[in-house]
Amino acid sequence: MSGIETAIRENNPALITYVTAGDPSLEDTEAYVHALDRGGADLIELGLPFSEPIAEGPTIQAAINRALEAGTTPESFFDLVADLETEAPLLVMTYYNMILQYGSEPDPEPFVERAAGAGLAGIIVPDLPAEEAGPLREACDEYGLDLVFIVAPTTGGERLDRIMSRATGFAYVQARLGTTGARANVSSATHESLARLEEYDVPKAVGFGVSKGEHATEIIEAGADGVIVGSALIDIIAESDTPAADLEAKARELKAGALEGVDAPEPEQP
Amino acid sequence: MSESTFGSYGGQYVPEALMPAVQELEDAYERYVLENEDGFMDEFRERLRDFGGRPTPLQRAERLSDRYGREVYLKREDLLHGGAHKLNNALGQVLLAKYMGKERIIAETGAGQHGTATAMAAAHLDMPCEIYMGATDVNRQRPNVYRMRMNGAKVNPVEAGRGTLKEAINETMRDWATTVETTHYVIGSIVGPHPFPKMVRDFQSVISEETREQIDEQVGRLPDSVVACAGGGSNTMGTFHAFVDDERSAKRSSADDSSGEQREPREHVSLYAVEAGGSSLAIDEAEGLAPNSATLSTGTDGVLHGAMTKLLQSDDGQIMESHSVSAGLDYAGVGPELSYLVDAGRVTPVNVDDEDALNAFHRLSTLEGIIPALETAHAFGYLERAHEDLGELIVVNVSGRGDKDLETVLEETEKRDLEAAPEIEVFGP
Ligand SMILES: Cc1ncc(COP(=O)(O)O)c(C=O)c1O
Repeated sequence: MSGIETAIRENNPALITYVTAGDPSLEDTEAYVHALDRGGADLIELGLPFSEPIAEGPTIQAAINRALEAGTTPESFFDLVADLETEAPLLVMTYYNMILQYGSEPDPEPFVERAAGAGLAGIIVPDLPAEEAGPLREACDEYGLDLVFIVAPTTGGERLDRIMSRATGFAYVQARLGTTGARANVSSATHESLARLEEYDVPKAVGFGVSKGEHATEIIEAGADGVIVGSALIDIIAESDTPAADLEAKARELKAGALEGVDAPEPEQP
Repeated sequence: MSESTFGSYGGQYVPEALMPAVQELEDAYERYVLENEDGFMDEFRERLRDFGGRPTPLQRAERLSDRYGREVYLKREDLLHGGAHKLNNALGQVLLAKYMGKERIIAETGAGQHGTATAMAAAHLDMPCEIYMGATDVNRQRPNVYRMRMNGAKVNPVEAGRGTLKEAINETMRDWATTVETTHYVIGSIVGPHPFPKMVRDFQSVISEETREQIDEQVGRLPDSVVACAGGGSNTMGTFHAFVDDERSAKRSSADDSSGEQREPREHVSLYAVEAGGSSLAIDEAEGLAPNSATLSTGTDGVLHGAMTKLLQSDDGQIMESHSVSAGLDYAGVGPELSYLVDAGRVTPVNVDDEDALNAFHRLSTLEGIIPALETAHAFGYLERAHEDLGELIVVNVSGRGDKDLETVLEETEKRDLEAAPEIEVFGP
């Protein structure tokens, strides 16, 4: 079992948090990661900013712009990661072109080698479906990194089988169609997606739209092994005067919410 | 399943949520477009004729032929309904969306020509339609914004980045990722994930199919050179496609030959893709700015908007903000098929800067009585510069007309000392 899968299984229900590296600076990111780690995050995703984030809603788009304006580069990102010491394993979330361009030829291997060297445990690539993931999969296998696949509400049939058979670490269950962003409610598609995935023995974590403890409760009740929260944390970073303290508090709220979902009786499937 | 790549270019680099839709489209493309199921292609051709006004003429350009001392022919896509080649693709895709049972159309637009064509096709076929357009482009192509609205489309300005085509595509992809179950994304060029590059090329290939017949009828032989401007490259591949196999020196390896059959062509047709040289071919890495859109000549391989292709990008892989005086060429990517044909040596990439394009705009307007789109003007800028290398018989694609560009041209002409510009008095308010 990989470090990521272990982190989820042993801390089930797991809290997975996302922040964009370099928003508003890499020094701040370092402080935020420690705050989330203290607050109970079991896995921490760090976004390596790319100029064309097509899977992102306005909140994370703005975070990525701030990070790019601060001059965040793959090299400064890896340097930060190499220095970070956290309980929670770290993953990098970025777009495929960033992975391809690291090194002199378009090839995913140098990026993966550097990521492994910096101590990252896994990679998530929102614009890389399983069909195109062969070369990255190979490099990840070689360097012992997990490649986390996203399962969307539209994923089904043979493709779902294929994705789940290749998934390592956990399956990133996209709660709703569309882009990332905090929402008021948990999507009804979440329950359907988790029901569809029940038969697969891979940990399932639900993201896209999760922003509160109650959401975490509902998602864990519905059968997930973890919740993924991003935009709600970015909002804190963008708006709070004491972002590190507020991020830590938010992580505690979310983790407590998730734990509440474990003890609750199984709800009727809608 | 049809091949999803052109050599190492192309592919389907899209978010998982879009994969089922992309595959559904692949299936529809194969059945309706390639196999004419339910008479789709027959209906498409009929509508292109009756609604679009096809075939468009191939016209001998008398004064340009005199000027250059060789035969210059114009393929008049500016005479297609809407004023540009864009309708060939937009009509094909909106009709396909109908056959697929989709209920809503979305599209990005740069110059507004694709948005206009899509809005017209959607009105014609009774489909609701929303267009995403960069805020900068909304400002510089205002007549087209009005036209889209007149046809009942909703136009959504996109403020991100420099507010041009790249940002408009990002935002349309985000809409599609949300509404994919009911909505078809009519992509405006031979870009995006498979099957878009092939499908858009097939819809645009009517340009070269007609040209091949017309030149044979009028002159009795194939042209020595075919010249077209290239942004994403849809008018380009449309104008080239039927000539790609007219190649005497088989530079491409046989493994690349997807048709399988080997024929010895009678004549060799050289193909020139004219990109925007903008104000300079240099790249400013610190600013993330490439003041041009010369992707085929200066770009490097990477992934953008669903495909592996040549891109204007930094060493780290950040996509550059491109520039061209013409909104329709202002894009940091290019169709994967053109990247492939350039590497294979079959298509020659060249570029023309803002100033030469403006001169060419004025030249075609005053010499031939045809006001071209600024995109198109780049092709004529290349003709002016390189006609001596293009043989005795040259076809240039007039991809669109320039009504949309008059404001920009007046402004840009005032700033410069252009040799080909007539005296233009700009009347006060
Ligand atoms: C008249 C005209 N020509 C050319 C283009 C460039 O597109 P493409 O390279 O796909 O033909 C545009 C795009 O808007 C256009 O309006």
